[in-house]
Amino acid sequence: MRFLKDFLHIVALPALLIAAWILWSAQSTSFFVPTLEQMSNAFSTTWTWGRMQSDVFPSVARLIAGLVLSIVIGIVVGLLVGSFRWLRQLMEPTMEFFRAIPPTVLIPVFMLLIGIGDDMKIAVIVLGAVWPILLNTIEGVRSMDEVLSDTSHTYRIDGFARIRYLILPSAMPQIMAGIRQSLSIALILMVISEMFASSAGLGYTIIQFQRSFAIPEMWSGIVVLGLIGVIMSCIFQIVERSVLKWYHGQREMENAG
Amino acid sequence: MTERDLSKGPAPHDDEAVDRERQSRDVHRLETAGGDSFPAGYRVAGLDEATRPDPGAPTASTAQRGATGRKTSTGQAQAVRQRRRTWANRLLGLVGILLFLGIWELLPLLGIVDARYMPPASAAIADLIVKFGDSVFWIAVWDTLRAWAIGMLIAVVAAAILGFIIGSSNFLRKFTNSTIEFLRPVPSVALIPLAVLVFGVGIESALLLIVYASFWQVLIQVLYGVADVDAVAMDTAKSYGLGPLNRIRYVIFPTALPYLMTGVRLAAAVALILAITAQLIIGTPGLGAEIARAQSGGAYTSMYSLVLATGMMGVLINMVTRAVERSVLSWHTSVRSEVK
Repeated sequence: MRFLKDFLHIVALPALLIAAWILWSAQSTSFFVPTLEQMSNAFSTTWTWGRMQSDVFPSVARLIAGLVLSIVIGIVVGLLVGSFRWLRQLMEPTMEFFRAIPPTVLIPVFMLLIGIGDDMKIAVIVLGAVWPILLNTIEGVRSMDEVLSDTSHTYRIDGFARIRYLILPSAMPQIMAGIRQSLSIALILMVISEMFASSAGLGYTIIQFQRSFAIPEMWSGIVVLGLIGVIMSCIFQIVERSVLKWYHGQREMENAG
Repeated sequence: MTERDLSKGPAPHDDEAVDRERQSRDVHRLETAGGDSFPAGYRVAGLDEATRPDPGAPTASTAQRGATGRKTSTGQAQAVRQRRRTWANRLLGLVGILLFLGIWELLPLLGIVDARYMPPASAAIADLIVKFGDSVFWIAVWDTLRAWAIGMLIAVVAAAILGFIIGSSNFLRKFTNSTIEFLRPVPSVALIPLAVLVFGVGIESALLLIVYASFWQVLIQVLYGVADVDAVAMDTAKSYGLGPLNRIRYVIFPTALPYLMTGVRLAAAVALILAITAQLIIGTPGLGAEIARAQSGGAYTSMYSLVLATGMMGVLINMVTRAVERSVLSWHTSVRSEVK
C-alpha cells in the first residue's frame, strides 16, 4: 500500500503533464508544438543506430574524456596546491579569475589555438570543468581535521600512504561536490562547442534541425540532451553514494546520536 | 580582486556547505537533535545535500580554533598577526597574477604560440583599456548586465514563491519531487534551438535560457530552507497564536532566507554564463556577441580583451552577490560571528 502510494507520487505529475501536452497538441495548430504522433515518428526516424554512432556516441565520448581529464587534473593539482600554503596563496586569485570567466567564451579562443577538432572540444570541456573540482580539492585538503593530521604524523604515515589514507578521504566529500558542479558545466560545453564549431555531434544536429525548421526532430533532440543530463546525474549519484558511503553513514550516526 | 581573508568568512566556493557542515557537525547535531529534519522523500531522491547551506555553522574552523579548542594567543596579538598574514596573502596573490600575465606575455614573444592567434598580454590589456573609453563596449556590457539582471529577477521571484508554496505542503513536495528531479539536470543550452525559433535573436531568447538555468538553483535551495524549519519554533509560534501569514513572516522566512541567498549566489554565476553563451551562440546583443564578432572578423586582440572583460564581470558579480548576501544576512549567526 505504502509502496503504491510512493509510486503514485512519483508518477502522477509527469503523467499529468504528458497528458496535458497530448491533449493540447492534438487540438493546437501551433507550429512549435508537435503532436504525440509527430514526436514518436521523429524519434524513430531521427535517432537511429547510425545516427547514434555518428553523432551521439562521439559527443558522449568527448564529454567523458573531458570529464575524466578534469577530474584527474583537478584532484592532482588540487592536492599539490592544497598541501602548500604559499602555493595556494600564490595561485588563488588567478584561479578565482579563471573560474569567473564564463567557460563558453573560451571556445572561440581555443578554436584559434587548437583548431576545431576533437582535441579543441575536449580542451574546452576540461578548461571549463576543472575549476570546481580543483578549487574544491584545495579547500578540502585545507580544511582537513588537524587532530587526524597530527595523529597520522605521529604514526609516521607519510608520503603516498598519507595521501591515500588521510588526505584523499578527508577531501573526498568536497571533491565530489565539485565533480557534481562540473558535470553540468561539461555537458553545457559539449553542446555549445558543437553548436559553435562542428559538422557533427549532438549540438550540431540539434541546431541543424532548428535551422531547417524540423520542429519535431528538434524537440526530440532536446529530449535526448535532457535524457543525457538525467542519466549523468543518476550515474553520479550512484557513484557518489558508494564513494562517500562512509561519510553519509558517519553523518547519519552523528545526526541521530 | 577576489582574494579573501582565509581566516574568516565562508569559503568562496559554492560547495562550501560541505566544508562548513563538517566543521560544525557537533553544533549541527545539537540543533537537529532527534534526527535530520529533512523529509524522507528528498533523501531517497538524493537531492544534493552538498549545496545545503548550514545556517548554524560557526565560521571559525577547527584549524583556527586549534585542535583542542583553546585559543592559542590573546585576541589582539592574533588580530595583528592575521592582518599581517592577510597582507602577505594579497602580495603573494598579486605575484601569482603577475606570473600568469608574464607567462602569457612570453608565450607569443618566444614563438611558442603564434602571435597572430595569441597576442601578448600587454596587447590585450592595452586593447581593454582603449575599450574602456569606447561606448560600443559599454553598451555591450549594459546589454549583458540587463539580460543577467532581468533573468535573475524573474528566476528568483518565481522560484522563491513556488518554493515557499511547494515547500510548505508535504503533499505538494512529494507530488512534484520526481518532476523537479527530472527537469533539473536538463541542460539549459538544450533549449537554445527552441529559444531561437520562438524569440529569434531578441533578449527574450537569452532570458529563457537564463531563467531556466537559475530557476532550479534557487528553487532547490528554497525547498531545503523551508524543510529546515525548526519544529519547536513552529509549534511555539502556533501556540502563541500566530496566524499562517505571520508564521511565514516570522518563522519560515527567516529560516529559509540563508538558503535562498545561497541559491541566489549560485544562480548569479550560472545566469552570467548563460547570458554570455546566448549572446555567443544566438547573437543576442552583448559581450558574447562582441566576442563572436571579433573572432569571425579576425580581431583577435580584441577577442582576448573581451574575454578578460567577461572574467572581470564574473569576478565583480561574485563579489557583489557575496556582499549582498552578507548584508541581507547580517542578523544571522553565520555572518554575525564573523564580524566580532
